[in-house]
Amino acid sequence: MVGIVVVSHSAKVAEGIRELALQMAKPEQKIIAAGGMADGSIGTDAMRVSEAIVDAMTDAGVIVMVDLGSAVLSTDTALEILDENLRARVRIADAPILEGTIGAVVEASVGSPLEQVLATAEGAREMRKCL
Amino acid sequence: MSSFTVAALEAVADTIVQNKELLTSLDAAIGDADHGINMARGFEAVRVKIRAAAPGTDISGLLKLTGMTLISTVGGASGPLYGTAFMRAAAAAQGKATLDPDGITQIWSAALQGIKDRGKASRGEKTMLDAMEPAYEAFVEAVKAEKSLVESLDAACEAAKEGIEYTKTIIATKGRASYLGERSLGHQDPGATSSYLMLAALTEFCRSQQLGA
Ligand SMILES: Nc1ncnc2c1ncn2[C@@H]1O[C@H](COP(=O)(O)OP(=O)(O)OP(=O)(O)O)[C@@H](O)[C@H]1O
Ligand SMILES: [Mg+2]
Repeated sequence: MVGIVVVSHSAKVAEGIRELALQMAKPEQKIIAAGGMADGSIGTDAMRVSEAIVDAMTDAGVIVMVDLGSAVLSTDTALEILDENLRARVRIADAPILEGTIGAVVEASVGSPLEQVLATAEGAREMRKCL
Repeated sequence: MSSFTVAALEAVADTIVQNKELLTSLDAAIGDADHGINMARGFEAVRVKIRAAAPGTDISGLLKLTGMTLISTVGGASGPLYGTAFMRAAAAAQGKATLDPDGITQIWSAALQGIKDRGKASRGEKTMLDAMEPAYEAFVEAVKAEKSLVESLDAACEAAKEGIEYTKTIIATKGRASYLGERSLGHQDPGATSSYLMLAALTEFCRSQQLGA
């Protein structure tokens, strides 16, 4: 099952999104929150992200969900630190972090492969809420 | 050379910590008011790490330690950007026991490319690159003209300062300030300012050591 990492500037945001996503997840599914800095400040930390990716890793790989700006830069940096064979199984989703995470978790929970989970996460960009 | 590198990095760290408020207030105008806080947190951690490093740690090792520390403690975009710059610098410094202007050029070039690769920005987008790249070019030019190290660094500082002025005239298209669009006009970029400050500190350090004066 594809693992999911949630990277936000805020630990509360990452934790909160994880909490919402867990409602839709299988019990054995890995969803790891990587929010904020080690000292509790707001920000993103490439080391924390790379550890979260390792924690979330499965044979099927990992999707990383990101919020703003440096969340992407820190995740890219985290990938550079990681082992090459791990890195090959990680994708960063270009998607709204909350809706994308929910979509990714549901897709992953049925055992879909990495690229399909990525596509579903990114599909959240087009989802309408108020019709 | 090792204790020399530690002292140079400490000079850079000191200037960032001293300018914490300035950098934060610049970021308050066009960002999220944390650039000084981020950078000071990062360089305070760097100061501790490099002082604690094993005495024999070479230039490359110290630069790598600085880069790794920045990426995990700064927190904002400047963390992965400067962190990557120092890590690329470390790779370029490998095997170098001393630094001459040509060696510095190679290391600087690698660092600059690191910032571009990481941030996918180019000059004119109101970022640190608007100070860093013209500074690098002025340095290369001065070295080519057989100026001394300190003279070449002075030329680089001058170009970085002009770069800061230039950022006031353009609209941000990368980073937080890009959310402001036209409202970012008239303000100088915090990252360009921190780049200049680090460079100026390094220049003053070299001058105080009477390096190639
Ligand atoms: N893509 C980029 N390329 C180069 N420099 C950038 C880029 N994005 C931001 N910067 C630089 O980073 C500076 C801001 O650094 P700061 O530490 O305040 O991060 P931030 O923008 O608050 O990060 P975050 O994305 O976490 O909100 C800007 O002034 C700019 O010079
Ligand atoms: Mg900021």
